Amino acid sequence: MRILYTDVLVIGGGLAGLRAAVGARRRGHDVVILSLVPAKRSHSAAAQGGMQASLGNTAKGQGDNEDVHFEDTVRGSDWGCDQAVARLFVHAAPQAVRELAAWGVPWNRVRAGEREVVMDGRRVTLSERPEAHGLIAARDFGGTKKWRTCYVSDGTGHAMLYAVSDKAVAEGIPVHERMEAIALIHEGGRCHGAIVRNLVTGELVAYVAKATCIATGGFGRIYRVTSNAVINEGIGAAIALETGAACLGNMEAVQFHPTTIFPAGILVTEGCRGDGGLLKDAAGHRFMPDYEPEKKELASRDVVSRRMEEHIRAGHGVNSRFGEHLWLDITLLGAAHIDSRLREVKEICRHFLGIDPARDFIPVRPAQHYSMGGIRTDARGEAYGLAGLFACGEAACWDLHGFNRLGGNSVAETVVAGMIVGENIADFVESSAGELQVSTALVREFLAAEQAKLDTLLQGNGNESATEIRRRMQDIMTDKVGIFRRGDLLAEAVDELQALLQRSRRIGVATRRPGSNPELVAAYRVQKMLKLALCVAYGALQRTESRGAHYREDHPRRDDANWLKRTLASWSDPFQTLPTLAYEALDVRHMELPPGWRGYGARDAIEHPATALRAAEIAAIREAFGHAERFTVQQALMPYEHLVPVRFRGRNERLGDAS
Amino acid sequence: MTTDTPRQLTLRILRSSPSEGMAPHWQDFRVEEAEGMTLFIALNEVRDTLDPSLQFDFVCRAGICGSCGMLIDGRPGLACRSLTRDLGPLITLAPLPVFALIGDLSVDTGSWMRGTAERLETWIHSQAEPDLTAVETPMAPELAEAIYELDRCIECGCCVAGCGTQRMREDFVGAVGLNKIARFRLDPRDERSDADYYELIGDDAGVFGCMSLLGCHDVCPKGLPLQTQIAFLRRKMVAAGLK
Ligand SMILES: Cc1cc2nc3c(=O)[nH]c(=O)nc-3n(C[C@H](O)[C@H](O)[C@H](O)COP(=O)(O)OP(=O)(O)OC[C@H]3O[C@@H](n4cnc5c(N)ncnc54)[C@H](O)[C@@H]3O)c2cc1C
Ligand code: SF4
Ligand code: SF4
Ligand code: FES
Repeated sequence: MRILYTDVLVIGGGLAGLRAAVGARRRGHDVVILSLVPAKRSHSAAAQGGMQASLGNTAKGQGDNEDVHFEDTVRGSDWGCDQAVARLFVHAAPQAVRELAAWGVPWNRVRAGEREVVMDGRRVTLSERPEAHGLIAARDFGGTKKWRTCYVSDGTGHAMLYAVSDKAVAEGIPVHERMEAIALIHEGGRCHGAIVRNLVTGELVAYVAKATCIATGGFGRIYRVTSNAVINEGIGAAIALETGAACLGNMEAVQFHPTTIFPAGILVTEGCRGDGGLLKDAAGHRFMPDYEPEKKELASRDVVSRRMEEHIRAGHGVNSRFGEHLWLDITLLGAAHIDSRLREVKEICRHFLGIDPARDFIPVRPAQHYSMGGIRTDARGEAYGLAGLFACGEAACWDLHGFNRLGGNSVAETVVAGMIVGENIADFVESSAGELQVSTALVREFLAAEQAKLDTLLQGNGNESATEIRRRMQDIMTDKVGIFRRGDLLAEAVDELQALLQRSRRIGVATRRPGSNPELVAAYRVQKMLKLALCVAYGALQRTESRGAHYREDHPRRDDANWLKRTLASWSDPFQTLPTLAYEALDVRHMELPPGWRGYGARDAIEHPATALRAAEIAAIREAFGHAERFTVQQALMPYEHLVPVRFRGRNERLGDAS
Repeated sequence: MTTDTPRQLTLRILRSSPSEGMAPHWQDFRVEEAEGMTLFIALNEVRDTLDPSLQFDFVCRAGICGSCGMLIDGRPGLACRSLTRDLGPLITLAPLPVFALIGDLSVDTGSWMRGTAERLETWIHSQAEPDLTAVETPMAPELAEAIYELDRCIECGCCVAGCGTQRMREDFVGAVGLNKIARFRLDPRDERSDADYYELIGDDAGVFGCMSLLGCHDVCPKGLPLQTQIAFLRRKMVAAGLK
């Protein structure tokens, strides 16, 4: 029995995990990171477009600040997010981007003077201030009032991941690569680490830690058509679910990105539209203004994706041998812009489609892209139900994004959450609650249980095929739990997934070798993925309203009166075939921004009874504070500073600030 | 686009499983070509339908993460973005040389690259703790773009696998390492001097080991300017060495 001890175990070497690890390490704790792949291959590397932070350096970003970013984020979430967390996030995002600048990220910079850009299909001239020259630039992204998305050409995630990863190397933090956490060790509501499988040798190792942090990213691969990397299978979220103690929040909130190349599903960044690209149909008509006169191509992702599918249904799609799609036209941006700001897009078009986006339209259609749901934690990043377990990044649901995440808010979230949760983990480890008190008997028990499961797959007489079950699950999710959802189809999906889950208990593995064994990996993973798929499908079936990315054709209105609440899914009995759902109310009485119209999309929400009251209260507070500083007013509306770790409490300075 | 019957492709793969003591041998798999098929799609089809034990590494399948470097018809390249229509009906696939073999087409580039990062200290060396709430230090827009140009390396290892020196000298830093030094050298946020860089690469395991055969430059999937960067760095290091 091999046991490794460490203060902090971070499961996941993407942006979130790495940043949290650096934070804990800098507080003097031993940290080990686990990753399925070398850290720099994590899916964070694929983020292209950028990171939101309200620096306000560019002409179109002037006047931006935390308040504006906050409102955009809450509206984007369709009021599903935790507003205190959104506040915490918008406050720390500028610090995160500046920290990354110091760590070497070559952010694109403002060039003073006039420059031509494309906006709303026309070339216009913008003039950048001389005093902003050389400061971090920003581009436009969907669902935002200001140009706020900081970027490095269209390799933002790559540049960020390399900087943070190299920082982790500088701090001497070991990354144990090709190591997969397959179960959490826990007892009596306290997490003690994880059982980990070496993907090369097949050996099981127990990692025992004072604090464990899951930062394993999204679970897009439960869908057939997704922009996600092939390793985004959600195993981190699944092992938290399987404890029966922790729970997953809002799993039905799944984002579909408007522009993935058809049919491969490879993403082309929202920066294409942010920089002026247009969506067109079979007739070459720019259709988004017909549906969304205000924000057009730059409404939030859920809205644009739905409008695209609606337009295809109305018979305006382009026919191809793989099915229908629409066009993304960036030819109007010109070759020079594409060569400098959209290089990855150009490479992707060349290598996967054989086209030049400076001359040809790009065939696109929405695909699964982002998991708003995940391991439910409090605003400190600590999981509900399991002390000593933390989560951050896409794997977590501290609930910044509610039912729809804004583009550029995710990589920002990864580093911000890493900064904040890293500090909170260190606090925990230093507290008496962080004491390590675990018996080797318990560890042995967990190791044996996991070994037994693998042995059953390897030596049992199962005859079901993992590949086949997995393909079926992916089809069900894409066909029945997609952009447009309907009660009858969701019910079918839930039934079929339950049957698949039962079948998955009888999977047989032909390759018996103990070491590197992709067939065995596929087998144990699909058993876990099915549970996540069921959380998504069942949560979607129960939620009889439409909010953000969750759209029910049979319940098209947002229903604040009944559904202003977060779904919590748990799985206490390993033999149950459906998650247990519970709900957690979002309290209108404490919101800084009570529910209303988003500024795009539908306007027919069913109002919560407390909304009008809260709105009046807020108006009164604003009135009472008259000309007070915006910080004072904010503080009176919804205090959040207690959630900010002390070292990140300072006020963000901006160009032209009085203070 | 043709409407003829699809081609039958043969993937000739160098199989091995060091942990089981299985020596390398070639094995052929036949797949039917499909429209827009990449080696990512073809290899997954082999694994899903013909041999579930086949090992290979893909992550992003979009030419972004650098996981899938392998020898494609003898030449290092990214499998995920290689379209089968650009290749003949017989495609040979072998693991990248130099890196430790895990099995079949899977090699351990991760440990190698981590070793490079530790050895060359590929991070910003700066005494000052950044003030996170203050307005950031300005940087010329052109400079930021020039740094990004070199920052685009995805550590795929293709340059290392295509380098003659590397095969003779195990400790050679490779084009990937030299490019990283060029990247940090260009970055004013890094306070290291040429004398510091000379310590890291001013010998035959570094920039003076390179024979300028440019195998690296031709195979880099990101099209990094390795040729000019290595030549430039050599001149700078010669100068630093003379001081
Ligand atoms: C194509 C694409 C483009 C995007 N572009 C943008 C953008 O422009 N702006 C933006 O804000 N967001 C963007 N996003 C979203 C954003 O990139 C991700 O949400 C974010 O990077 C996730 O980071 P993470 O650290 O949470 O997880 P990841 O980067 O996915 O890292 C997960 C880590 O966990 C490890 N891991 C997983 N499971 C296990 C396990 N069981 N055991 C051990 N280790 C494990 C993996 O090896 C990996 O290291 C994009 C997403 C995609 C798919
Ligand atoms: S320099 Fe080019 S070939 Fe070498 S590792 Fe980097 S991206 Fe790959
Ligand atoms: S120029 Fe030749 S010797 Fe030098 S790094 Fe490139 S391939 Fe190796
Ligand atoms: S799988 Fe990422 S580059 Fe090929």
